[in-house]
Amino acid sequence: MCTGTTRAAALRAARLHNTRIHYWNEPRIQTGPRRTPGRVPASLSTAFAAVAVSMAGVLGGAMPSANAAATDQITIGLVTKTEVNPYFVKLRQAATAEAEKQGAKLIARFGKFDGDNEGQVAAVEDLISAGVKGILITPNNSTGMLGIIKKAREKGVLVIALDTATDPADAVDATLATDNFEAGLLQGQYARKALGSKAPKLAMLDGSPGGTVDVQRHDGFLKGFGLKEGDPAIVGKQNTHGAQDEGQTAMENLLTAHPDINVVYTINEPAAEGAYAAIKARGKLKDIVLTSIDGGRLGVQYVKDGKIAATVMQFPKIMATRGVDYVVDYVKSGKKPSGFINTGASLITDKPFSDLKSKDTKWGLENCWGLVAPTGNADKRVALVN
Amino acid sequence: MSVASAAKPNRAIGRLVTTPTFGPLIVLVAFCAVFSLATRTFWAAGNLSLVVQQSVIVGTLAIGQTMIILTAGIDLANGGIAVLGTIIAGRLVAQEQNPALSLLFALVLCTCFGLTAGMLVSRLMLPPFIVTLGLLGIITAITRLVAQGGAFPVTDDLLSWTGNAFAIGDTSITYGMIIMFCLYLLVWYLLTQTGWGRHVYAIGNNREAARLVGIPVQARLLSVYTFAGLLYGIGAWLALGRIPNADPNALQNANLDSITAVVIGGTSLFGGRGSLWGTLIGTLIVAVLRNGLTLTGIDPLWQDLVTGILVISAVALDQMSRRRQR
Repeated sequence: MCTGTTRAAALRAARLHNTRIHYWNEPRIQTGPRRTPGRVPASLSTAFAAVAVSMAGVLGGAMPSANAAATDQITIGLVTKTEVNPYFVKLRQAATAEAEKQGAKLIARFGKFDGDNEGQVAAVEDLISAGVKGILITPNNSTGMLGIIKKAREKGVLVIALDTATDPADAVDATLATDNFEAGLLQGQYARKALGSKAPKLAMLDGSPGGTVDVQRHDGFLKGFGLKEGDPAIVGKQNTHGAQDEGQTAMENLLTAHPDINVVYTINEPAAEGAYAAIKARGKLKDIVLTSIDGGRLGVQYVKDGKIAATVMQFPKIMATRGVDYVVDYVKSGKKPSGFINTGASLITDKPFSDLKSKDTKWGLENCWGLVAPTGNADKRVALVN
Repeated sequence: MSVASAAKPNRAIGRLVTTPTFGPLIVLVAFCAVFSLATRTFWAAGNLSLVVQQSVIVGTLAIGQTMIILTAGIDLANGGIAVLGTIIAGRLVAQEQNPALSLLFALVLCTCFGLTAGMLVSRLMLPPFIVTLGLLGIITAITRLVAQGGAFPVTDDLLSWTGNAFAIGDTSITYGMIIMFCLYLLVWYLLTQTGWGRHVYAIGNNREAARLVGIPVQARLLSVYTFAGLLYGIGAWLALGRIPNADPNALQNANLDSITAVVIGGTSLFGGRGSLWGTLIGTLIVAVLRNGLTLTGIDPLWQDLVTGILVISAVALDQMSRRRQR
């Protein structure tokens, strides 16, 4: 055996050098015939196994609804992009609540990061195995899920895209989403008006390169603002992945490079919050129109506090509840929804322009999605969160 | 070894219990049993083959990871290398290059990145953690530069061939699964039945001792990292088969997922101890948890929680057994 030859070689080497190799006698290298490297004491190994078995037992005990498939209850699958974004948490909560109301059961899954196609494909596969009647999905990538969606539809599962369309859009039965181009357009129109007669120096804090929604919002903003891609008035573009820290870093760097920036596009409100911090640190709050998009609770609060001039709200709750309703309806009547169903977008600002339709932050806080459940004293709670 | 196998049955049981893959195997069986009892859908040929299909990418990346961890190294760049492979192949084919040559080029490129890591670790004696962390950054940047912010849908038959399936009974077996199992068999053979493999273990156990007994440590390390790079290239091909879409944002957690699989499978993070089959079992444990918890309708956050407990338990076990041997 090879360990034997290694050992012989070691002994030869030791004799040759006339030294005693001290490591060789340490028990770490187990070259004897009985104990091969990697062997572990029996008691420990069984202890590990015992821990695992008891854990499995606990999990087994925690499965009150495990046999839902055995009843006639309608099961619906929901696959969101990630669980780190409160937007998708709201989507899930709304879907769960609606499913309960309808007497159906919702099984939720999500990707681990933006771009986790593999996780989402595995989720859809698992949901098909679980026997769901319909799957609501927010695809991480418009083309990443086409194969598995086709498979699901072939098995008679109703597939509805929520929030993000697939490419091609008719890969799913229907799409329930914000028209993100239109939302970007509203943001751009507002930014243009708020800037007044000044010549624009535009900084764009984008999301992720190539993301469907990211591109639509970006293009919509430029259309609404009245600029073409590549116009010298666009002084800088950075990817923030929709994260506050990256938004702040990007804005800091852009302001260093172009201190004359006077209007800022942000892909979402966390990025806008980061940009706000950078702008404030430079003492340029008065010179810059900061706009955003999404309509999260904190985002609306930022508008109310005057950190952001305006944001555009979208309505994940409507996507989730209508999605669940469509699946229940499909099971009961066989009717399938089809095409693109726009769930709407509203401009939220406290500094409105008469020729641009908008809602104020009071309405915004009552109708937004976000971290805190909407209750009577929502404002107080948000103050605590902040 | 022949001495032990010829001994009494209770000795045989003792051997079984002390085999490093025993604990993970029990865990896998336990979870399978629970999910089979809790749902009617888990223990079905179709679903079980699905679980294996879902393990193919991480399972293959974890082979390279196992070899590297056995040498007391670690590889944070494996997912990044694989994603670059998918992007290169996807983009070349999108530009109407020959698919076979494109795939070959991607494989060679992945191997070269493995070689680079191996050179830095073996010749410059840099810590593998730092080398692969730096490489991950470099490779991610190259990936984004090559992709130009876009994803490449793959329609070519060769690139997505590993996702083609045939059925035995109700199962759905993809060629990717077969490739993964063949790779496990091959690397298992190399690690346990050849001098090269024993050298890998010896280097991980004690690099200095290995050098003193005349093992060519540098050459072996270089070969391990290079071979791992090739395996990541094959992983890229399997990824294209599973999801025919080369996406620069994909597989961001694959490095940690593969380390998780290796550690749950009983291989020591400090090198020199462990088994390749344990890694396969570790990969399957994670996939079974994810699948089973979905079928039962439990919040998938529990999957991460249980996986975390398993990782810590596995490392604690490894540490305790090391202390006992001193």
